[in-house]
Amino acid sequence: MKRYLPFLIVAAVALITVGTGVALYRSQKLPTPTAAKDSADPGLHVRGDAKALVTLEEFGDFECPPCSVMSVTLHQLEKEYHGKLRVIFRHFPLAMHPHARAAAHAAEAAHQQGKFWEMHDLLYQKQAQWSKGVDVPSLFPGFAGELGLDLERFKKDMASAEIAARVTADHELGKSRLVTSTPTIFINNVALPPTSTNPPGVRAAIEAAIKEKSKP
Amino acid sequence: MSKSAKKNREKNGAASGSRARVILYSIAAVFCLAGLADATYLSVIAFTGETAACSGQAGCFEVLGSSYARVAGVPVALLGALGYFTAFTFAIFAAFNYKRAPKFFALTVCLMFAATLWFLYLQAFVLHAYCRYCLFSAAITFLLMGLVVATPSPRTRTE
Repeated sequence: MKRYLPFLIVAAVALITVGTGVALYRSQKLPTPTAAKDSADPGLHVRGDAKALVTLEEFGDFECPPCSVMSVTLHQLEKEYHGKLRVIFRHFPLAMHPHARAAAHAAEAAHQQGKFWEMHDLLYQKQAQWSKGVDVPSLFPGFAGELGLDLERFKKDMASAEIAARVTADHELGKSRLVTSTPTIFINNVALPPTSTNPPGVRAAIEAAIKEKSKP
Repeated sequence: MSKSAKKNREKNGAASGSRARVILYSIAAVFCLAGLADATYLSVIAFTGETAACSGQAGCFEVLGSSYARVAGVPVALLGALGYFTAFTFAIFAAFNYKRAPKFFALTVCLMFAATLWFLYLQAFVLHAYCRYCLFSAAITFLLMGLVVATPSPRTRTE
């Protein structure tokens, strides 16, 4: 029996590893997000030329560190593909992030004063600072002050039902398109596979979309 | 000292050396299992794409989402899992006193150690981001390398 014991141990570990891996894969496999049926939205946050060859739509969460990394990447890509890339941002505050919704409200309140993207960038830049804070919503007026916004109006807007509804509408839209994690990216209305939702993957997808659109 | 007493002492020394090796290879096998669990988890998230969310860690996202995380389309984590499984197999056989297992175990660990140094270099100097799962794996490989260095050379052998 002792002669076979090492073989049995190795075989048992192999079986347990493969079994656990398959079970984990099945439990974690994400559904594929679906394309938008209608992108007409008056409150849409868009950056770039409306006639750009590529439209990149991101569902993001201001408290999500990978989204913060992605925002830097998107800025670089916008410079590289100037005129060819249009970026759309939609809110998808995840339940696991306790301050993500308040941050989304702050961005929307800044939008009321024409500074959505400035607040968007500031929230990501200072994410490490505010996401670990104690009374987080009280920090956002400080950011509004940095952007030179009307603070009274900002605070009022942050607490308004209209803005809450705007954030909820984006979140519901994301859910209806099977978005489950952030960042989720659609390029020309086609969902980027989660395995490609990273800086090199996004760049490759943009290149492919430009080639596709440039075909005669 | 009589001849038989000397012989007994040598015999006892060989037995305690063998016991020490069995203990060290068993510890190595346990370390390999920890590394295997870590690498299996990373392989699964590489295939499901959960890398994107990556439990909300920016460093993890940057490292596992980088072009260095795959070799010819195969996730590096999967190669790591195979490496840990191979090392585990040789550690078990070495613990059971199989003749060539210690050499193969040492060779596997040396290769994994070299790969670990490369990945640490990439994280520190190329990506400027650290993934805690990768650091855990690096720590395991360092420990395995320490065990390879510390393990006494085998004397008693079976088939």
